[in-house]
Amino acid sequence: MKLWYTEKHSKDARFSIKVERQLFSQQSEYQKIDVLESQEFGRFLTLDGLMMLTEKDEFIYHDMLVHVAMATHLDGIRDVLVIGGGDGGTVRELTRYASIQHIDLVEIDPMVVEVCREFLPQTACKLDDPRVRIVYEDGLRFVRGKEDAYDLILVDSTDPFGPGEGLFTREFYGNCYKALREDGILVNQQESPYYEKYAEATRRSYLRIHSLFPVSRVYQAHIPTYPSGHWLFGFASKRYDPVEDFGPEAAAAWNALGLYTRYYNTRLHRGCFALPTYVNELLEE
Amino acid sequence: MDSLAQQKAPILEALQRYKSMRVVPFDVPGHKQGKGNPELTQFLGQSCLSVDVNSMKPLDNLCHPVSVIREAEQLAADAFGAAQAFFMVNGTTSAVQSMILSVCKRGEKIIMPRNVHRSAINALILSGAVPVYVNPSINHQLGIPLGMSLADVKAAMEAHPDAKAVLVNNPTYYGICSNLREIVRVAHEKGMAVLADEAHGTHFYFGDGMPVSAMEAGADLAAVSMHKTGGSLTQSSFLLSNGRVRPGYVRQIINLTQTTSGSYLLLSSLDISRRNLALRGKEIFRKVASLAAYAREEINHIGGYYAFSRELIDGDAIYDFDLTKLSIHTRQIGLAGIEVYDLLRDEYDIQIEFGDIGNILAIISVGDNKLAIERLVAALAEIKRCCAHSPKGMLEQEYINPEVVLAPQEAFYAEKRSIPIAESAGEICSEFVMCYPPGIPILAPGERITGDILEYIRYAKEKGCFLTGTEDIAIESINVVENIGK
Repeated sequence: MKLWYTEKHSKDARFSIKVERQLFSQQSEYQKIDVLESQEFGRFLTLDGLMMLTEKDEFIYHDMLVHVAMATHLDGIRDVLVIGGGDGGTVRELTRYASIQHIDLVEIDPMVVEVCREFLPQTACKLDDPRVRIVYEDGLRFVRGKEDAYDLILVDSTDPFGPGEGLFTREFYGNCYKALREDGILVNQQESPYYEKYAEATRRSYLRIHSLFPVSRVYQAHIPTYPSGHWLFGFASKRYDPVEDFGPEAAAAWNALGLYTRYYNTRLHRGCFALPTYVNELLEE
Repeated sequence: MDSLAQQKAPILEALQRYKSMRVVPFDVPGHKQGKGNPELTQFLGQSCLSVDVNSMKPLDNLCHPVSVIREAEQLAADAFGAAQAFFMVNGTTSAVQSMILSVCKRGEKIIMPRNVHRSAINALILSGAVPVYVNPSINHQLGIPLGMSLADVKAAMEAHPDAKAVLVNNPTYYGICSNLREIVRVAHEKGMAVLADEAHGTHFYFGDGMPVSAMEAGADLAAVSMHKTGGSLTQSSFLLSNGRVRPGYVRQIINLTQTTSGSYLLLSSLDISRRNLALRGKEIFRKVASLAAYAREEINHIGGYYAFSRELIDGDAIYDFDLTKLSIHTRQIGLAGIEVYDLLRDEYDIQIEFGDIGNILAIISVGDNKLAIERLVAALAEIKRCCAHSPKGMLEQEYINPEVVLAPQEAFYAEKRSIPIAESAGEICSEFVMCYPPGIPILAPGERITGDILEYIRYAKEKGCFLTGTEDIAIESINVVENIGK
């Protein structure tokens, strides 16, 4: 018997991975959670049938979500808030920085964390770091109560077509602004510019952030298992520009840490903000 | 209520039988189960179009129900604790009008609060009945009209012992209830009928700890907007009766204005929603009330906003309060309710029910969940952070006691002329002016236009209220009655 996982990337385009076996499948209060195992991508996690991460290519996403912001303001980031990210990959990368003192991980669905602890230790391995506090709550609700509390907020959300919808709204970004300190940075996964449904989410999300933060940029990465493989991230900040304020000294400082990253490097840091023309056009008002 | 019987849905079942018979249609509607209109079928879906059918023997006839519609109406009556229920497909507007037309003829008096929906005053234009307005008290802090105080209702009855009926909002748009049981008792003593506009009160019949429903309180007729909080399709509604008004006569009145092509989409939605509420209503409205309570607590925690609730109850003009209504006073953050309403829609993609001068109202219903509530709360917090300013110079909403010079019908059909609205003080209005929503007239036909009213209209317009009602779409001119006034 042949078993295939298929995700519809658009109404008329599909992406499939041959599955060796299914490790977990259950409906939580919020979503359907599945863990599957494959030859090509190792184990992978899907929520409501949509790809969240695979063991083989998750490094790309987590490198890019975390290190661009960290390298931009290396000596100023002490308190970090991660919204979503129950798989632990983002926390794993953050814990590599000794300078970070506290990480709040706010995940709406406790079952995601449980399942990842059991089946995906590759990403969940640092969830017990003493600096990490896990809060099971709607991110929108959590951030609403915070003011001037974080140096960095990372929005590691699902797509805006389910429980993650509230994390793409103007009210959420506005509340993030309030929760950040005066030189705070907000990085969010910002969907794909290619397929129409995702591109519209990208555009709306970017324009909302752009209207709230003095600095707002978009950067890209290539993630094989996400729709179109071309993925965007939003970088918004109250003070630091990720390119202008990232000179040779900043690069040298980050390199001096000696962190090995398979995707991110300081040359890529500057390059990833150079976007294709059609993406620039998408982001114009 | 017979909960075993409530598991049935006769109209739904008849439609399913009809579908399975694969009848060849040589009757209307001409789209022939969607085949004749592929674009519409693609948009609404084959299953929807296939049951958009005409009255026929197996499906009964809304104008004269004898089989499945009759059975569905009996189940609805049982579910709502009424003697009869009438399925309505022309909106709760037609239910309100049918109630009034069933008990008031031309020249007869009906006692009602002035903060009724336009549909009630429209019924007076149709019937020629004469309103006796009871001044709804006003809460000065919030600027909202309340229920009727019992003493005021009694005084109106003493002054007009020939009145045929009393109309009560149960509840008002803002969730406020009058002392309905007592009003019913006193009215029946005097031989007057009690009509309840329950456009916003469907859940009173099913939830625990809700204000008393009209049928339970002994009212004679009630218009229940099933589509507002009960989950049926827009425009579908129930007219309930305790049996005191002859049911055949009520049916005749309904048939004066209701369509003879009753939509089976609407009828089946009423049938299915009635079953759902009868079987699961208690649980559903427990959840709705807890969502509303949570939202209220969080919104009050933001500061500046005041999401009011049962603390307002005073045993009289606020005899009871509907906990599922999320009404929020916004004036203290320096924004009119209508401004917050517009910001929520334009900046945050959140559509709420209405905003007036000082308040907004969000409807919490069977379809809501916690994530949606979080968005509303977060957006309100953001609006406060970004837009709040001093409330100085904002108009305080006051109840303007209308001077009724002519009956609505007389004024509406009188000889009239159109004059600029700004110059109309002292004239007798011949049409409506209202903000929609909520659709409660600022001016109704037959009332004297005053400087205060014009100032209120000007302010509402400036703040962005959607004004409607006049023949002139631009609301620049107003029709006034010739030869009287000034």
